[in-house]
Amino acid sequence: MEILAKKPNCLTDIPMHYCPGCGHGIVHRLMGETFDELKIADRVIGIAPVGCAVFADEYFACDSVQGAHGRGPAIATGVKRSKPGAIVFSYQGDGDLASIGMAEIVHAAVRSENITVIFINNAIYGMTGGQMAPTTLVGQVATTAPKGRDPKLQGWPINMCEMLSQITGAKFLARVAVDCPQNVMKAKQAIKKAFENQVNGVGFSMVEVLSQCPTNWHASVEQALEFVRTKMMVQYPLGIFKDEGAK
Amino acid sequence: MTEKTLRKGNEALAEGAIRAGARFFAGYPITPQNEVPEYMAAHMADAGGAFVQAESEVAAINMVYGAAATGTRSMTSSSSPGISLKQEGITYLASADLPCLIVNVMRGGPGLGSIGGAQGDYFQATRGGGNGDYHVIVLAPNSVEELGNFPKLGFELAEKYRMPCMILADGILGQMMESMAFNFDPVDPNQLGKFDWAVDICKGERGKSKVFSYKGDNLIADVTERAKRYGLIEETEARFEQRNCEDCDVLLVAYGLSSRACLEAISLAKEAGIKLGLFRPITLWPFPSKQLFELAQKAKAVLTVEQSLGQLVQDVKLAVDGKVPVYLNAYPAGGQPDGEKIVTAAKSCLNGGKEGLFDVREHAEGFTYDCKRNTALGVQGDCKGGK
Repeated sequence: MEILAKKPNCLTDIPMHYCPGCGHGIVHRLMGETFDELKIADRVIGIAPVGCAVFADEYFACDSVQGAHGRGPAIATGVKRSKPGAIVFSYQGDGDLASIGMAEIVHAAVRSENITVIFINNAIYGMTGGQMAPTTLVGQVATTAPKGRDPKLQGWPINMCEMLSQITGAKFLARVAVDCPQNVMKAKQAIKKAFENQVNGVGFSMVEVLSQCPTNWHASVEQALEFVRTKMMVQYPLGIFKDEGAK
Repeated sequence: MTEKTLRKGNEALAEGAIRAGARFFAGYPITPQNEVPEYMAAHMADAGGAFVQAESEVAAINMVYGAAATGTRSMTSSSSPGISLKQEGITYLASADLPCLIVNVMRGGPGLGSIGGAQGDYFQATRGGGNGDYHVIVLAPNSVEELGNFPKLGFELAEKYRMPCMILADGILGQMMESMAFNFDPVDPNQLGKFDWAVDICKGERGKSKVFSYKGDNLIADVTERAKRYGLIEETEARFEQRNCEDCDVLLVAYGLSSRACLEAISLAKEAGIKLGLFRPITLWPFPSKQLFELAQKAKAVLTVEQSLGQLVQDVKLAVDGKVPVYLNAYPAGGQPDGEKIVTAAKSCLNGGKEGLFDVREHAEGFTYDCKRNTALGVQGDCKGGK
């Protein structure tokens, strides 16, 4: 019998702890497929963050390091500089990458570390229970913005791809979503490109994934997907912001 | 082994680390340790290693976390306020059981303090420094030669027990030049073999390696196992140096630069007919408590000499356990001990005097404290104290 689809070899059999409707699992799968297709499985070393994906080190069948909140790009720098032949990724959420780890992500891009960053933007702190993230939309309710994010008090959401595109060392920046099959396929292309770049020594590559968080948005899965499409994509337009590895 | 050469402390340390097989260094500029990253920037690549000037001390220690996870001999250096920033990474390194070398070329504190040499980070170094139940091994050199030779010892201890090791030096030791020789041949890290716990390119020849700091339900077992290792280290790895300890009136206890002033004090006291001995802990954690307990009882009094305000003396009192009176001769916040002052303090220990001895309660005698807040209605006394 011909096998048409199966779980990527690069994912373990450990059941994922993510909430129903969450985008993390989809992104993990796309990464696993990428490792299999690029035949880099035995070279991948992943850095898991603090946050919802703290157990990501369990789910990838590759060597993994789990470190401090926001420091993924620094840890990845240490791993990559010590093992230049390894394919190193840092997997981070929005609080991790765009708040506490802002310096680490910016300077990893400045140095153009030859690593791949997968950035999950769901506009909320998930693991800690729905606090305001740097990416929380104006008016969006969070437990630490109970009346909705008010720019007078909490400023505006930060667009990481646009910001990092100003940095010479950032070589590939893409924003994708996993709200529908078409976008999942585009997300796969971007993720694959970000890892191919590392194989080819292009330099710093990051894919920002708009992801749904039904649990902390207090929404049904259907409503959450609608929020991604009608609200998040307005603040965070999808697209390729930089692609200097294209050839 | 090398011929004796004249070297600056920080440069001897950096060269010693490369010779000891360090192949990853990340750091951030701060006085008085700048010669260490500068030396690494100039020489690490030639040795086949990597040097990264990090965006912060926080990033630097986390780079070390990543590099150490690969089994590479990895290190960072900084000075007091920078070491405070590194505490996040140090507690994660301890939790993930990663060996590495951290160098603290101490300056005055708290806060930004001063750039002069000091020993105010004793508590921070010997009590872990970050959150949770953990220790780092702490080596305290007192010469440029030891600065050059301790990185190898530090890496070996760190790897043997899978934990961070700190070299606790100070600004003067780092900046001064002395004749020194390396007491070991350069280490080729490729000959050291691989750790079974490290992450690496694996080519399918083994299962997945995982280095992590979140322990969840396994935390109790994890911390308990580590405590057994700590017990073993306290039992077997305490190092110290002794001078005239068998036959002295007052036993001086000092580490690092302070111990050098004690050597001068021993000579000066001899001329005055007073017998001083010196007990110098080389490992501050594990503290050589048992050895100090035994040797202290041969003296009439113990005098702790430290460039901090009553930190080392706490471990000395714990070790001596009330068997002999313990006094403190303190030079905090960048103050420098000298032989004559130490002899004066030693005399006070013997004749019941107070000169040169620091006692926190006596120090506060007659002190009043009046903190005022300016309000729209005028000056209002908020709190008053005194004795």
